[in-house]
Amino acid sequence: MTDLEKQVSEDQDVEDVEEQLELPDPLEIPAIVVDAMVDLHSFEAAPAHQTDLGFPGELVDDWQERAIAKIGDLRKKYRSFRVYLDSCVKCGACTDKCHYFLGSADPKNMPVARQDLLRSVYRRYYTIPGKIAPWLVGARDLTEEVLGEWYNYFHQCSQCRRCSVYCPYGIDTAEISMAAREIMDDVGKGQKYCNEIIAKLHKVGNNLGMPPKALEATLADFEEELEDDFGIEIKMPLDVEGADILLITPSADFFADPHIEGLMGYAKVFHNAGVSWTMSSYASEAANFGMFIGSYDNMRKVSRRIRKAAKDLKVKRIVFGECGHAWRVGYAFLNTLAGPWDFLDQNYPIPQHICEFTFDEIEKGAITFDKSRNDDKVMTFHDSCNVARATRMGSNPGGQFDYPRALLKASCNHFHDMPEDTIGEATVCCGGGAGILTDDLMDIRVKGAAPRMKALRQVTEEEGVTHMAAICAICKSQFTKILPKYDFDMEAIQSVHQIVSNAIVLEGATVPEDD
Amino acid sequence: MISISAFFAGLFYFATAVIVFGVLYRIYEYWSVPSPLNIATTPAPTTQAGAAFRVVREVTLFESLFKANKWIWLFGITFHLALLLVLLRHFRYFVDPTFILWAWVPYVQPFGKYAAFAMVLGLAALWARRFLVERVRYISSPSDHLMLLLLILIGVSGLVMKFVSHTDIMDVKHFFVGLRSFDIKELPNDLPLYIHLSLVATLMIIFPFSKLLHVPGVFLAQHEIWQIILGKNVMLPLGLRKSIIRLASDIF
Repeated sequence: MTDLEKQVSEDQDVEDVEEQLELPDPLEIPAIVVDAMVDLHSFEAAPAHQTDLGFPGELVDDWQERAIAKIGDLRKKYRSFRVYLDSCVKCGACTDKCHYFLGSADPKNMPVARQDLLRSVYRRYYTIPGKIAPWLVGARDLTEEVLGEWYNYFHQCSQCRRCSVYCPYGIDTAEISMAAREIMDDVGKGQKYCNEIIAKLHKVGNNLGMPPKALEATLADFEEELEDDFGIEIKMPLDVEGADILLITPSADFFADPHIEGLMGYAKVFHNAGVSWTMSSYASEAANFGMFIGSYDNMRKVSRRIRKAAKDLKVKRIVFGECGHAWRVGYAFLNTLAGPWDFLDQNYPIPQHICEFTFDEIEKGAITFDKSRNDDKVMTFHDSCNVARATRMGSNPGGQFDYPRALLKASCNHFHDMPEDTIGEATVCCGGGAGILTDDLMDIRVKGAAPRMKALRQVTEEEGVTHMAAICAICKSQFTKILPKYDFDMEAIQSVHQIVSNAIVLEGATVPEDD
Repeated sequence: MISISAFFAGLFYFATAVIVFGVLYRIYEYWSVPSPLNIATTPAPTTQAGAAFRVVREVTLFESLFKANKWIWLFGITFHLALLLVLLRHFRYFVDPTFILWAWVPYVQPFGKYAAFAMVLGLAALWARRFLVERVRYISSPSDHLMLLLLILIGVSGLVMKFVSHTDIMDVKHFFVGLRSFDIKELPNDLPLYIHLSLVATLMIIFPFSKLLHVPGVFLAQHEIWQIILGKNVMLPLGLRKSIIRLASDIF
């Protein structure tokens, strides 16, 4: 056990203070309200955005046959899809595990019921009992009404995998949601938010649609800002051929707070480590919305940009910035989608997470922190769903929980975790993941965030927590919008590397005046 | 009564064929479908032994279910463990306990006998949840209720034969041992036995077409064991014969 890990585990042993106030249980189970969210319909993709991704522009005439055929296709393509559809026994273990159900009370937001929207159709057309006696096994014809339900409820799933932790068979509703979205795209009924963004990425290289020139100017601004604040030159390099490290980070890091502060944090850590690094204007996006829509081809196309950038820039290592679903694609899928990575330095993880990079630097004793610079904050940490349940950091299972906490504890004096059943592998999603982070879905975003907000309320009341850090662009954007709706300050959400950035002591740097 | 015996003989040959070939075919189907991406839920074990251990814990202790809901876990594990004991007890109807391999069969008898009560109680509790918990009521189809009813009736008809109207089990044993050599012996003329056997045959026949597929599913849905045991990016399918043999030896 390293010193840092020891410190983390010791801190976790500290006894919790007795509850003094009657606060709502973050995971309180509501009585069901049938069809509470049935009408929540996010904007559908315009024909141009559909065709950009290789899907039909609008709902095709033979959509029903085509969707049924697509189910048949997918059951031969993904074992998970097939086994999950057959294995569920309706035990009910998952029924109270989805944050969207807890927040909305709509029973179709219970994981098993969400799966059943598709399973019922699968049973009707692909199982003998469903063909003979549909009423007996809950099988349904694929009607327009069913398609409408698919669209609305499969866009109320953030693919966070919380249900999969509790299912005795490990059934992952995310896989079913992705399949359903793929089927809908395939018949011409895609979602605007996801598909527009993926189209932008294919064209420009990032989700924002920020062209290389604009990115260059933005980074130059950041460099200037850093120099003004700290009196030293901290680089934000772009397209530097021959750099050692290629940083792949979500484009939100170029655009919004608290993301930008996090990006500045990475830059400071790299500066302090004295490594040569660069970003790429061609692969200026870590997020991979291809996963959200279950499209292997789009996901692969997005990932291949990273490969091309790494080759063109002749880098030796790839580091991912703070982005949840991106780290899932990076950690678990990247080798399959865009490997082999034999041209990179094999002495480092491929890819590596920025938290792993910083953790190693701290371990080496290479970073000096002045924790007191964060004394105006009492921190907690929100485990982002896909980092927590689909990835790892370091070589031990659960490193994805320990590393970001170790970074926070190294850079601030006051840290308290939220209730145990809402963190770690049991973490509740921010409510905005996997294509939900759009204003037309605000209703479910607010409701889905309720468990997290109640958990945060507990530690603010009991431990005096003032800020919550996260390592996911979607979590940060979601909370910035949602926190005020639960009477928190919108700036209560922070980047982990923002906290690191505040405390890191750089050689020759002046300490900025407090605002 | 030779005609009724012949009927049950035919029924059990058919049911056995359906469950054996049906489930093997399903496993082959699942096994043939590729699993292109590593979708293990984390934190996942990082070693082969760790992955295998996780699957063993899932299959024997229902670890995830325990995390999820203590009541479902309690009723579910009560039913499954009791069913296991009852099934082990039933070996005596098919095997010769003087043969060394089956020497354990007599010792399991008293456990199996009373486990039947636990089995029925566990099933009844699971069924009660389908009525009493509104979330579970919402997700239940008629088949979910009927499956529990079927299992309960199997248990109750078995208990009736043991504790109410005793059936001559030596005749039953002769019948089933006879089936092995295609020698159709006479079954006792006994209504609870006929009911019991008909229901069991029904269960065997619907097995490969129903949610009872969770039995192979619990192994195959555990993605990480295949990822880790076979190496990270092994692309499936393998050939038919190879895969069935391999799976059969792994699982059974």
